[in-house]
Amino acid sequence: MANTQNPDMTPGLTNAYEPGEHPDWPAPSSVKGPVHWIKTNLFGSVTNTLLTLLTIYLLYKIIPSMVDWMFLDAAYTGTSRKDCEAQASGACWAFIGTRLQLFIYGFYPDAERWRVNLTAVLLVAALAPVLYDNVPHRGKALIFTALYPVIAGVLLVGGIFGLEFVPTDQFGGLMLNVIIGVTGIAFSLPIGICLALGRQSHLPVLRIVCVAFIEFIRGVPLITLLFVAAVMLSYFVPPGTNFDLLVRMLIMVTLFASGYMAEVIRGGLQAIPKGQYEAADSMGLKYWQSMRLIILPQALKIAIPGIVNTFIALYKDTTLVIVIGRLDILGIGRSSLADSKWQGLSTEVYVFVAIFFFISCFLMSRYSLYLEKKLHTGH
Amino acid sequence: MAETQTAATAGAIGSSKGSDDIIQIQGMHKWYGDFHVLKDINLSVKAKERIVICGPSGSGKSTLIRCINRLEEHQKGDIYVNGIELTNDLKNIDLIRREVGMVFQHFNLFPHLTVLENCTLGPIWVRQTPKKEAEAIAMQYLERVKIPEQALKFPGQLSGGQQQRVAIARSLCMSPKIMLFDEPTSALDPEMIKEVLDTMIELADTGMTMLCVTHEMGFAKTVADRVIFMDGGEIIEQNEPHSFFDNPQHERTQLFLSQILAH
Repeated sequence: MANTQNPDMTPGLTNAYEPGEHPDWPAPSSVKGPVHWIKTNLFGSVTNTLLTLLTIYLLYKIIPSMVDWMFLDAAYTGTSRKDCEAQASGACWAFIGTRLQLFIYGFYPDAERWRVNLTAVLLVAALAPVLYDNVPHRGKALIFTALYPVIAGVLLVGGIFGLEFVPTDQFGGLMLNVIIGVTGIAFSLPIGICLALGRQSHLPVLRIVCVAFIEFIRGVPLITLLFVAAVMLSYFVPPGTNFDLLVRMLIMVTLFASGYMAEVIRGGLQAIPKGQYEAADSMGLKYWQSMRLIILPQALKIAIPGIVNTFIALYKDTTLVIVIGRLDILGIGRSSLADSKWQGLSTEVYVFVAIFFFISCFLMSRYSLYLEKKLHTGH
Repeated sequence: MAETQTAATAGAIGSSKGSDDIIQIQGMHKWYGDFHVLKDINLSVKAKERIVICGPSGSGKSTLIRCINRLEEHQKGDIYVNGIELTNDLKNIDLIRREVGMVFQHFNLFPHLTVLENCTLGPIWVRQTPKKEAEAIAMQYLERVKIPEQALKFPGQLSGGQQQRVAIARSLCMSPKIMLFDEPTSALDPEMIKEVLDTMIELADTGMTMLCVTHEMGFAKTVADRVIFMDGGEIIEQNEPHSFFDNPQHERTQLFLSQILAH
């Protein structure tokens, strides 16, 4: 471009381009790139620099000893604590290893454990079309998902189709956490949606019922509800019907999560501008059509962080079944500590359980971020 | 079943009134709590008539057109739209809403759906049009409002003027008999007002029955068959645009016009 001087400008100042002709220039390196990132994020100010240095120091103190204990100095084989101590000074993973089956299946009969494995594989197949919309034959896959609870129930409990009957009090360990967690998550979302919509309803009776239910559930600790499930619920069902304890627990956990879910979704609903309802109405959409097509997709998207938060809380709360005598992964771990051969290895047990929960919850959290990104339709 | 009923109702009203009015409002009142927003509104609109409603803010003009498709409920008086009486009967409300398109000040596009999906949603779910057909019709209308190339974008990626044109196309996809415009250009930057007004003028040329609440007096002069001035919840004056602007009868109309035409 010509380096023309603008005659109207103050002498000495030049304009490189004619007015309106200035091209876009690339940003200077001072506003992007890794060096810029480190400068602004880690050493942006005196406080920031001090915090960065302190963090590096703490990590230096913690990480090496943790790695030593968990991996380098750990013992992976052996049949008792003494074996472990003879080999290494770190963690005694042999303890977890020998009891891994118990941690996973609880007291489910050895010969029938393939049924649990099959149920788990089918769970992945049932979840895939719900989690990802580019799964091939998604329509048919969703029918399978809808049938999955029945299939899983038949496989796990048995008693028909030549499958040996396994009473639910033999369920335990990780499978118990997953059963309760997945059931609660799968059913609390639709129930929560209905409660949230009911709470906004123009019909006073419906609204009052929903508000009363939500407030009751939120006002009572889950442990109390589980005790109610264990002790009192049998008073409410007709005499003679044996209402399985696990089913009662599933119902209570689901209802408990539904109450929280309803409030999270109500938050999402309140963020939807009135104009969206009016636009849907003015088109002639019926109530359920406008909810399903217009309002809920937007409200649920807004509520994703809260929904996943509730899911994660619910999943971790599955460890509370210990209070009514069922042994989930944490319960199995605690009871294993009583074994005289392996005494004093509580750290290993709790670290193992913590890692299991962390991985599950972290995956849920990452999935929710993926979903938020996918559903983002703004600029 | 529903259709025969509608036809019967339509016939009955048509014969009793002996007119071809597509909208009839008789002695209509509305209150917000104790606040009397609309007072004794009487208004007849002929098919293909183009009406502009103006007046100071708070005069009830938006409320009036929102009563026509029951976004607001009226408490007294009768409203007939396309021969159907507007009552609490949900079936009638749905029938009327199918025939009445509405364009809002803030567009109210569905942000989670693409432009094309915004346009096909109504036809597919309300009119049970097959998806392919609905998409073809939608593209036709998007071409008419001159943004077919934006069909697969989301509303959030468009400018205000483009969004409002999509909103007009979305309403037209339902092939309505009546179009209501609630201040369609009030939320737009000046340079985008023209593109939306041009779209509305083209629509007026096709013979659509239109009721527009707007402050665009140029538009009223070009397009309207009748201009209605409202103040304090009442229709103060109505006339064809030439006489309305050049020779306003009522004092309040004169004041309003002098204020908006002063700058």
